[in-house]
Amino acid sequence: MEILAQRQRQVFRKGNDSFDIACERRSLSGSVSQRACVFCGSRVVLYPIADALHLIHGPAGCAVYTWDIRGSLSSGPQLHRLSFSTDLREKEIIYGGENKLYGSLCELIGEYSPKAAFVYSTCIVGIIGDDVEAVCKRVSRETGIQVVPVHSEGFKGTKKDGYRAACEAIFKLTGTAPVQVAGKYSVNLLGEFNLAGESWIVREYFRKIGVEVTAVMTGDGRVDDIRRAHGAGLNLVQCSGSMSYLAQMMREKFSIPFIKVSYFGIEDMAEALYSTAAFFKDDPSIMSRARELVRDEVNRIYPAIRRYRRALEGKKAAIYVGGAFKAFSLIKALRHLGMKTALVGSQTGSREDYRLLKEVCDEGTVIVDDSNPLELSSFIVEKGVDLFIGGVKERPIAYKLGVGFCDHNHERKVPLAGFEGMLNFSAEVYSSVMSPVWEFAPRNAKRVHNGA
Amino acid sequence: MELKTAGKKFSAVRNACKLCAPLGASVVFCGIKEAVPFLHGSQGCATYIRRYLISHFREPVDIASSSFSEESAIFGGKENLKSGLLNVYSQYKPRLIGVATTCLAETIGDDVGLFLNELKAERRLPEEVRIVNVSTPSFKGTHMQGFYATVKGVVAELCRSGAAKNRTINLFPSFLSCADIRHLKEIFRDFGVQCAVLPDYSDTLDGVSWEKYHKIPQGGISVEEIESMPGSAGSIEFSSTLSAEESAGRLLFERFAVPCFNTAIPVGIRQTDAFLGMVAKISGRPVPEKYSLERGRLVDAYVDGHKYVFGRKAAVYGEEDMVAALAAFLKEIGINPVLCVTGGSSGRFREALAAALGGDTAGVTLKEDADFMDMEDELEDLKPDLLIGSSKGYQASRKFGIPLVRVFFPVHDRLGGPRMLHIGYRGTQRLFDEIVNVLLSKKQEDSITGYTYL
Repeated sequence: MEILAQRQRQVFRKGNDSFDIACERRSLSGSVSQRACVFCGSRVVLYPIADALHLIHGPAGCAVYTWDIRGSLSSGPQLHRLSFSTDLREKEIIYGGENKLYGSLCELIGEYSPKAAFVYSTCIVGIIGDDVEAVCKRVSRETGIQVVPVHSEGFKGTKKDGYRAACEAIFKLTGTAPVQVAGKYSVNLLGEFNLAGESWIVREYFRKIGVEVTAVMTGDGRVDDIRRAHGAGLNLVQCSGSMSYLAQMMREKFSIPFIKVSYFGIEDMAEALYSTAAFFKDDPSIMSRARELVRDEVNRIYPAIRRYRRALEGKKAAIYVGGAFKAFSLIKALRHLGMKTALVGSQTGSREDYRLLKEVCDEGTVIVDDSNPLELSSFIVEKGVDLFIGGVKERPIAYKLGVGFCDHNHERKVPLAGFEGMLNFSAEVYSSVMSPVWEFAPRNAKRVHNGA
Repeated sequence: MELKTAGKKFSAVRNACKLCAPLGASVVFCGIKEAVPFLHGSQGCATYIRRYLISHFREPVDIASSSFSEESAIFGGKENLKSGLLNVYSQYKPRLIGVATTCLAETIGDDVGLFLNELKAERRLPEEVRIVNVSTPSFKGTHMQGFYATVKGVVAELCRSGAAKNRTINLFPSFLSCADIRHLKEIFRDFGVQCAVLPDYSDTLDGVSWEKYHKIPQGGISVEEIESMPGSAGSIEFSSTLSAEESAGRLLFERFAVPCFNTAIPVGIRQTDAFLGMVAKISGRPVPEKYSLERGRLVDAYVDGHKYVFGRKAAVYGEEDMVAALAAFLKEIGINPVLCVTGGSSGRFREALAAALGGDTAGVTLKEDADFMDMEDELEDLKPDLLIGSSKGYQASRKFGIPLVRVFFPVHDRLGGPRMLHIGYRGTQRLFDEIVNVLLSKKQEDSITGYTYL
């Protein structure tokens, strides 16, 4: 497979190449990137805020493709699961869409009484000259509901710039409500989206060790929690690619320190609890409860993990995910299952992410940035992997080649965070890799037939 | 009786019952052999549409993008378009690249035709690589306008005079399932007539398991088959809402005098009769015996099931042509399509629906340019027994406890959407059985006794 000349520096083989991976670039036109756009970055981050109105300002497409798109659960309001668009038509393209935006906001706020509203700008909004900021201000003033513009025009950068725009939008809410009398030890969970109820699992761990969660941003999110988030003592940042910027802003404005964590896999989940406990070191009982919890949980899940490992030992995996930070946890989690990672990549990793990835990977592992179906499929074949971890767009690449697949994207319906998440992850990997159906897939059938 | 029209309460769209135009364009390009769809605009358009299509078809769907930056939005997307096309060629070696414009490219006024002429003059792509360019701004129409515009755009670009006369029938079947297209091809084979189906994604979007990775999935109508369309014996176009300007069949008639026959999507006995009659007439061959038997079995099933369905009420939603065709089918089995909803706004839906119902529109409420929440508003009052449409009606189905029969596109919450058969006597048979069984199942589950004979 010939990699496009302008992409060659975004593909790296550990052991062969000197480390100089190019990343954080715009997607190359015609390369068929797996990334979406700025709007997508903003939309995925803000989506789980369940009591806010999410209005997408533009023609209907951007809204319809993001209707009920994430597996983010809410324990209460479900407003985030509806899709709202100003559905701009030719008339508005010519004369501007401000009136329609104004009317839509007023009607929808009247109908759904949201706690706040986000207005996402799509590609054409700036081009047709709409002053979204002014409309949002006016509606806020008239309705008393804070209306926050999200500067998410698709072409204004990459998905990562969309994360940044979402962080800016959230930051407009933080600190706008008085701090409730919180426990002494409280944290915000940033970059945790409550996919399939993962926030609830993680919250429960923190409750057990004596740490209160002030706000989750944005899983099972509530506007009022975000407004009060500045009362927490510590920000825990998962999915650092999307939320580090918010953590930095909160550190600057509210002097809240942050640490980067991950809740995937045994080590990383344990590490998240330990580093939180270490931060609140004036109460050593937090650390002892954390140790106890980790010990109990690991003892609980380990027998099952070992059974899975017996079957999976020596199998090879490929990982292609949105953010590189998740990839570290996955490599470690796969090692618990006796599996090696032969290919790893992400849509939006940074140089630092890739440098760390290189460190944890085995020799010969291929590392890719902003890859595409042809590159991914050719590396899967070259490396002979048994499992591909990715999202919906990567799934058919694996399946067509007779390779197992685990969905670790934001659409997943199975919680993979925490200790029980590790159990679910192992079960999902096992049930895909060990399925008898692969024997019929032509690639494998031929291998079996040839006695290989 | 005049069709009742329900109004709109909101200026915003709430859970849209339509998709954007470049999605329709992409599906059409996927139905051409060795073709790669290319969207001129931001990266997200291509990726979102890929994801949406993959969730339905569960197949690789590669759609390229010119990946606009701020510079391209300000100064135009010419360079991105050119380099993007060259990159697509270098990776995929396609026979055809289908360029469709997004809202952004249309709003900034990119002259894609001019850019493509420049690229052609620069001779940086091999001459045999065909590029078709269609304008598909979503602020002017739905995915169906994008679909029809692309079918026409492909014909306009590839068809030239001088094609040899042949006995082939051109078929423009609208946005049907892969199984539907396979069945249509089978029907023509059984008639002993060659057909050229545009688009034909029956293999490209519902293919076999692979031994090696195919950059472009195998299948589709070839460029040569499209090029020979001007010599065909006739064209059949499925649609009851297509305007003359949108019609590919019409274009072939006007430019090359290929007779064009228009008929509704063949769901139900009458509409299938009309279609098969049309094939028989153009080809001069009788309807094969196999289909008389299928029709006979279907009539027999209609009789067996008539009491279970008679007088029941259904809400139908989706693309204008699909809703009209389904409404006609429901009417002929005694179900009243009390609510007919579409997100389309062609302006021809009312007439098409009235025609589909044979003018008998009593008790039918029509909603065009509508969304799923508009539909929900009506469901409360109309209380139908059945919802028929894409899987996107599931939220309404769950909310109101009305069973949902999933048809056409998209089916995101079940396996096998591309393999659902809707058309011909056989597709109608499947639909009829499913509708009856869904109603029986509801009756069984709701009953206190839980009958074992129904």
